[in-house]
This record gives sequence, C-alpha cells and structure tokens, in this order.
Amino acid sequence: MALLEVRDLKTHFLTDDGIVKAVDGVSFSIEKGKTLGIVGESGCGKSVTCLSIMGLNPRKMSTTTGEALFKGENLINASSKRLREIRGNDIAMIFQDPMTSLNPVHKIGDQLAEAILLHRDVTKRQARARAAELLKAVQIPRAERRLDDYPHQFSGGMRQRVMIAMALVNDPDLLIADEPTTALDVTTQAQILNLMNKLQEEFGSAIIMITHDLGVVAEVADDIVVMYAAKIVEQAPVDDLFKRPHHPYTWGLLGSLPRLDTDVDRLVQIPGSPPSLLNPPVGCRFNPRCAYVFDRCKSELPELEPVPGIADHFQACFLDEQTKERENEKLQAGSLAGGTA
Amino acid sequence: MSDELLVVENLKKHFPVTRGIIFQKQVASVKALDGVSFTVNRGETLGVVGESGCGKSTMARCIMRLLDPTDGTVTFDGRDITRISQAEMRPVRREMMMIFQDPYASLNPRKRVGFIIGEALEVNKMGSGAEIKRRVQELLDIVGLNPEHYNRFPHEFSGGQRQRIGVARALAVNPKLIVCDEPVSALDVSVQAQILNLLKDLQNEFNLTYVFIAHDLNVVRHISDRVMVMYLGTVAEVAGRDQLYSAPKHPYTGALLSAVPVPDPELGRRRKRIVLEGDVPSPINPPSACRFHPRCPRFHEGVCDTVDPPVREFGDDHAATCHYPLESWPLTEAQMRRAEEPVAN
Amino acid sequence: MIRYLIRRLLWAGVLFIAVTIVTYVIFFIIPADPARLAVGQRATPESVARARHFLGLDKPVPVQYALFLKRLVIDRSLGRSFTNRQDVNTVVLNAAPITASVVLGGVILWMAIALPIGILSALRPRSLLDRSSMVFVLIGISAPVVWIGLILQYSIGYKLGWTPNAGYCNLLNGQGGCGGPIDWAYHLILPWTTFAILFAAIYVRMIRANVMDTMNEDYVRTARAKGAPEAQVMRSHVLRNALLPVVTMLGMDIGIALGGAIFTETIFGLPGLGKLAVQSLESFDLPMIEGVVVFSTLCIIIFNLIVDVLYAVIDPRIRLS
Repeated sequence: MALLEVRDLKTHFLTDDGIVKAVDGVSFSIEKGKTLGIVGESGCGKSVTCLSIMGLNPRKMSTTTGEALFKGENLINASSKRLREIRGNDIAMIFQDPMTSLNPVHKIGDQLAEAILLHRDVTKRQARARAAELLKAVQIPRAERRLDDYPHQFSGGMRQRVMIAMALVNDPDLLIADEPTTALDVTTQAQILNLMNKLQEEFGSAIIMITHDLGVVAEVADDIVVMYAAKIVEQAPVDDLFKRPHHPYTWGLLGSLPRLDTDVDRLVQIPGSPPSLLNPPVGCRFNPRCAYVFDRCKSELPELEPVPGIADHFQACFLDEQTKERENEKLQAGSLAGGTA
Repeated sequence: MSDELLVVENLKKHFPVTRGIIFQKQVASVKALDGVSFTVNRGETLGVVGESGCGKSTMARCIMRLLDPTDGTVTFDGRDITRISQAEMRPVRREMMMIFQDPYASLNPRKRVGFIIGEALEVNKMGSGAEIKRRVQELLDIVGLNPEHYNRFPHEFSGGQRQRIGVARALAVNPKLIVCDEPVSALDVSVQAQILNLLKDLQNEFNLTYVFIAHDLNVVRHISDRVMVMYLGTVAEVAGRDQLYSAPKHPYTGALLSAVPVPDPELGRRRKRIVLEGDVPSPINPPSACRFHPRCPRFHEGVCDTVDPPVREFGDDHAATCHYPLESWPLTEAQMRRAEEPVAN
Repeated sequence: MIRYLIRRLLWAGVLFIAVTIVTYVIFFIIPADPARLAVGQRATPESVARARHFLGLDKPVPVQYALFLKRLVIDRSLGRSFTNRQDVNTVVLNAAPITASVVLGGVILWMAIALPIGILSALRPRSLLDRSSMVFVLIGISAPVVWIGLILQYSIGYKLGWTPNAGYCNLLNGQGGCGGPIDWAYHLILPWTTFAILFAAIYVRMIRANVMDTMNEDYVRTARAKGAPEAQVMRSHVLRNALLPVVTMLGMDIGIALGGAIFTETIFGLPGLGKLAVQSLESFDLPMIEGVVVFSTLCIIIFNLIVDVLYAVIDPRIRLS
C-alpha cells in the first residue's frame, strides 16, 4: 500500500472576486522512503496541494474535497484533533523562507523542544537532549551551545538546517519540503540537498519536494509530477520525464532552461503567462499558450492517460504519439522551436 | 576609439561601521568590494557571478556612480568617471543604464508606463513632447509590448511584462552600456526565457554592451561572452565563457559549477560533486589573505592564509587568483584536495 | 547595551535642558508682567518695581535661567511661586499623585478594554464584533476629550447621579469629607473613562492590526505545521510578537497622556498637575510653570527610558545585537 495516496484533490478558495480553484483534481501517490518531486511555476497549485493534505489552509475561506489517504486514513476534512496529532509527528513540513519561518523571540532549543513535547510524553530535559541530537544530525557545529541561541544569530543556510531538524525530530514517515532551497545560495543549496539525501537514508522518510527548479528535482526525485494551472499535466519517473517528456508544457519548461552542457541560440519561449484560476480557459488549460493547439484542445479537457509502452508515465494532452516523439527529439537536440515571441 | 568600453581597476567600496556614545567613531568596515579589476569590451556581454555577499550589486552601483567608490578607478569610454561631480556625471548617465531585479519594485506604481520609459529622454532633453512619445511607443514595440498601452500603470502588467518595461526604459536613450542586475531572478522560468531572448536580440540589433549580473550559472552561461566569478568582494576568476565552464582554474569556480543542479538526472548522477563546508563569511571580517581559504578543499596552511594569492594568467584572457589553481577539470573532491606545489608564475 | 543606555541618558540630559530653556524663552516673549500681576492692579509703579526686583525679574534672562539651574541642581529646589510664595517643590509633589492616579488608572482601564476587543476583532475579522469595535474606534478617536468628559459628567454624574461630579478624594486618609480607596476610585471613575476612551480606541485599532499581521507570519504557519493547538499558537507565537510594539507605544503614550490629563483634571476639578499648569499659566507664575515642566519632562524621560530597556529585555534581537 502506498504511504500517501491522493485522489482527485480539489481546493477552492472563496475570495471577493469569486471562487479560485487553486487545486482542481490532483491525484498521485508516494511510496515509503521515496522522493516525489512536484514541479510547476508560481500559481500552479503545488504549494496549496500540500497545505491541503496537511489541513493548513484557512478553514473559513477554503473548501477541500477528495481524498488524501495516509496509511489508509483520509486526511481531508479529518478532525482538527487528528490532524494536529499527525502534523509534526507522522507528516512534517518545511517551508521556503528560513529567515521568517522561525519565531524570532524564542530560542532555537525551545522551538525544537516544542515540536517534541507536542507529540511525546517526555521531560523537558529529555526533549532538549533530543533537540541537541538532531542539531548534530544536521551538522550544526557546537550543537549544545546553539540550543540557547535565537534565530537571528543563525545564517540562512543554518536556519534551514534547523527547520529540517525540527521536522525530523519525531521521525516522520513523510517530509513535505516546499521550495526548501529557493531562497539559498547555490553552494548552500548543494549542502542542504546533500544533507536531505543523507537524512533520508538515515531516517527512512519519504519526501515530497515542491520546487520550480527542474535541476533540483532531477537530482533528488524518484518520480515527478508536473502541475500547470491547478492540474497535473504529466507525471513520470524522473529519467523518463527528462528523456521522454510527453506534454508541450513540459517541453517548454525543459527547453526554456539555459544549460551548462548545451548551447542554444534562442531559448524555447512559452508566450504569455499562466492563466487566472478564477476563470481558467475552457478545454485544456494550456491551450492559449500552446504552439501545437488544435480545435479539440479548446473545448475538451484532456485527462491523464498512460503513455503507451512506458510504465508509470501519464500525460494529459491530445497530441498523437508520433508528433510527441518527433518534438521530443527536437527538444533533446536543442532545436525545438516553441512559441513565438 | 579603443575596444575597451569599461575599465575597472582595483575598485574598493568600504561601508563604515561606527560605534560611540556621543561621537561616532569608525570601528570596522564592511568591505563590500575589496580590489576588483576587469574590462568590458564594446559589444560583448560580461557575466558576473557570485553568491550573497560577493559584492556584485555593490559593484554595479559603483560603476554607475550610484555609490561613490572608496578607492580604485572606473574608466568609461576612455574617461575616468570615478571622482567627477554629479553634474559632470549627468551627460555620462545617458550612456550607461541599468535594469533592476525586482520588476514589482523598480517601477513607480503611481506613474504611467509612458512616463516611466520616457523620463530619461525628457531629463536629457532629447526631443520634443511629441517626439518623445513616438520614441516611447517605438520602444514598447521593440520590447514586445503593445504601444497602445502607453497610458497604463505598472500594476496592469504581469511580472514579465514589467521587466520588459524596465528594458525599454534602459534602451530609451540609446546607451552604450547596460548593467543588468539580476534581471531574471524574480521571474518564472518560462518568462525568464522570454526576457533572455529579448536581451540577446536587442544586443544584436543595437550593438549593446552588457554587464550581466546573476547568481544562476546556467543563465550567465547562456548570455555571456566572458564571465567573472566574484567571492567576498574580490575577483576569483575571469575567463571566456567556454573556458570558464569547461576548464575552471579557481577551486571556488569548481565548487560553484559542481553545485549547480542540472536538469538531466543522468548527468547529475555522473557528475563529480564538491560540497563546500560552512557558510559564506561576513564581509565585515573577511578571512586573511585568500578570502576563500576557510572553505577551500585545497587549503594549505601557512600559504593561503598568510600570503595574498597572485593573479595567474592561463592563456588568452583567463585569469584566476589562487595559489593552487586546478590542474584539470572535472575533479572530484578528493582529487581537489591533492594539490601539488604552488604553481610558479 | 550599556553603551546604548549611557547614550540615552546623555540625550535625556540634553533634552531636559532644551525643554527648560524653551519654557523660559517662551515665557519672556509673552507680553505680560508677572510682577504687576503679583502685586495687583492698583499698585504703584514703585511697588511694581520693588516686586520685580524681589522676584529677580530685573536681571537679564540668561542670568535668571542660570540661577534657576543652580538652584535646581544645588538646592534641588524649584524656587517659590510668584503669586503666593509657596514652595514649588511642595506644590508640585502634592499635585503629582493626583495626576498619577488619573493617568495610571486610565492606562489600566484602556488596556483592559483594548486588549480583549483588539485581539477578538483580529481573530474574527468582519464579524459583528469586529465591525462594532471599529465603530467604537471611530467615535473614540474623533470625539474630543473635552466633549466626552463634559457629556459623561452631565449625563452620568448630574442627570443620573451615579457618580460624583467632581472633586478628588485621597487614597489613604480622609480629607474634606471623603477618603479611602473606595471613595478615591468612585470619584475617579468618570475621569478614568474620559481619559481612557481615546487611547482605548487607538489601541484597539493598533492591536487588531498587529495581531492580524502576525497571524500571517511564516513562523505561525510553522507552529501550526508542528501540530500545536490553536491556543498555544496564539499565546506563544502570535501574541508574544504582536504585542511587542504595544509596549513601546504604551511608554510613549503615558508621557503624552500627561498632557491629556489637563482637560480631564479641569473638567472634574481634580487638583493635579494639569490644573496646576493651567492656573500658573493664567497668573504667569514662572517658577510654578517651570516646576510643572521640569517634573513632567523628568517623568516622560524616565518612562521612555524604562520602555527602551523593557523593549531590549523582551526582544532578543535588540538585546543581542
């Protein structure tokens, strides 16, 4: 049985301008000990998906339907009490900006201990010892002494390590990381990704890595889900996604990346910008920006279909298989035309 | 007319840190720039890469005289502009323009787009009202926006469109040099490609010279002819683009290159990783001699922390400031540590 | 930290001197003759001249100021009143506890109103409670203190007779027919309310805004993601941070409140510093004016210093920088 199985998750926000369908029918699953990457640009719904799983969306303004079966138990609309038991305990989450994710007026040690004491019946001293243990595990030097420091006395990279420590302190089965390295320098990012890899081996947790950076996800993920405008457009194991992408948006994403190892004169451009989720386009949501659009795309919404002949690879596009293979070859060779300026 | 449009020599910018009860006394300084030298030739793009605290933004502002350098010289188009007055600077400002990082903050939200783009033209009295308007509409068209949107406000545009407005604004006065300070960092990947393509097209069409500052090595590689790597206020390495990426000489460049995530899982697995230890130190108290020595896998005690590293040349236009430059590339971390005797100059 | 404190103390000294000098200067610019006022309308020119000499008013202004400073520092005395030769120290120190009662009681009352209303409004935005509290805020900020005082005095004190109209009762022992804590509080209810309404309104708005902002902070989201119950999130994370700025504001406002006390004291006939200031201004009693100014300035400076230290104590970012 999968560790987490998400089925037809939908999250709608009530705003002054109308209903924003931030997540509109998302399904995926993740196995124990594996890493799933959720990739997409800003506004595609990747963060909201995970906040919905954790029940962290504001209750008054949002409605969530669908299922998120964690070890068989549905988390969507579960009781607050049950969700609180799971958060920080079985499922932990770390966020993007380490500079603001820690309370500035409490010591690091106290914040770590809080995470422990919420879920374990131990004394304060035991909690503190466990906190020091975790700080050592995330390679913070002089861990014991640093328990009494405040967040502003740590650098950005160190703070993110503290966040990771805080997430792992209760040995969660699943760690959700929402853009954990976006705000960090390249070399610090490498350290953090390296650390997360090591810790995953040590603690055995599954990881959901949310990011817009395809390079990061290529390094850490076993499987990848590509989201666009609140829906999944493609999902595949990592090697497959990069070698044989089957969706024009994925081609656009891959082609628009400048690369260290290849030389292109012009990057693939996706014209326009992501659509509003108040009034998404009719039919395939990508159709206004797609270079391969035809009539069917503008009226019918493509469902996720398996790619013929490849296991675990799904895509939501009406283009025929031959065109896709041809365009993919162009992409791999660096000669994909993409959209016009 | 020489080939060199911009020559920077030993540029330093120190920000004083003061303490004191009544009279403020300087006790330390933030050495944001501590001796940076480079040249930019006409028509080329110099990419500047570095992490936080390396001084690249400070350098951009010093070149443009938005900040006054503490020491060193900036020579633009043959003229030393380091210490000239603001009044003398004004005609020079027509020749060098800047594009900023945050498309949401760098446009005045209360001014119309037409005004924003045309302001430099008006200030420099480059045409009558009607001529300026025509030029602005021409620019809107050049950057891919609708000239009819002349009277709109910034908030009516998306992030990518706003950055195009920033580009139009920089282009308005036909500058010789455009300094781009992280122009695509705040944009989504698909929009980033639009702006990078636009910048390249404009460079070809108008024979522009760019200083392109970014922290993303992939982006810098795509757009630059030559690349300069900065670390903690100094230049670690400068080379032609292909040279830098295929045969870096400075260990920091090596570490940067191996740290950049590559969107190719197979390549990523094959790649030899070098993971640096520790964080970037603070520019208030930079390490002695070689700034990189506390984190360098090749650190040699007694040399790297006591003697200032020399600038070594490696063939045509490739220089690295290091006692133990890399012999080859790629190297694993273990190989990096096994440095031989310092290369004699 | 010590350096910071020393610097603040030095600045406080400078401020003190500046304020006292300005008072002197203003006093002497106003065209009035305290000597004449002291001896009365029908005095002869000689007696006026004698009075002037006696009061030291014939000396040049800087000399008068220097004498004032000398007397203050060496004798620790603020001199004697021009009008009735009373010792200024005594008069001021008698009036001070009354103003303190008004101000401090007002502070407690306004915080007791503002904290719960502000926090609840922030937790339930746009609810009925929130909207009504915003109406209250609007009224409280717009209505002049004088008007509120008079209305309260008229309706509750006079018409309904629920509380006394005016007058002050000593906290400790009886004097002039009333005394003891109950009488004291009873007489001060209306002044406290008058005084507190304006500040309560300002603070409700500020607390509401701070709490709403803090609820959106990333670290509050982190706390929830850890599984903390809402009460703990509020107590340990939201309020702790949201109320930090309230501490500073409070210190500054207590200082300003002294000014507002003038109206309240005059309306309700409380013989505090405010009333004293008004009286001495009317009679151009320079030593008394200076006395009130010196005392108030000292209080404000001390309060601000306390607030600064307090802020450094509760915000580790300031304490450890």
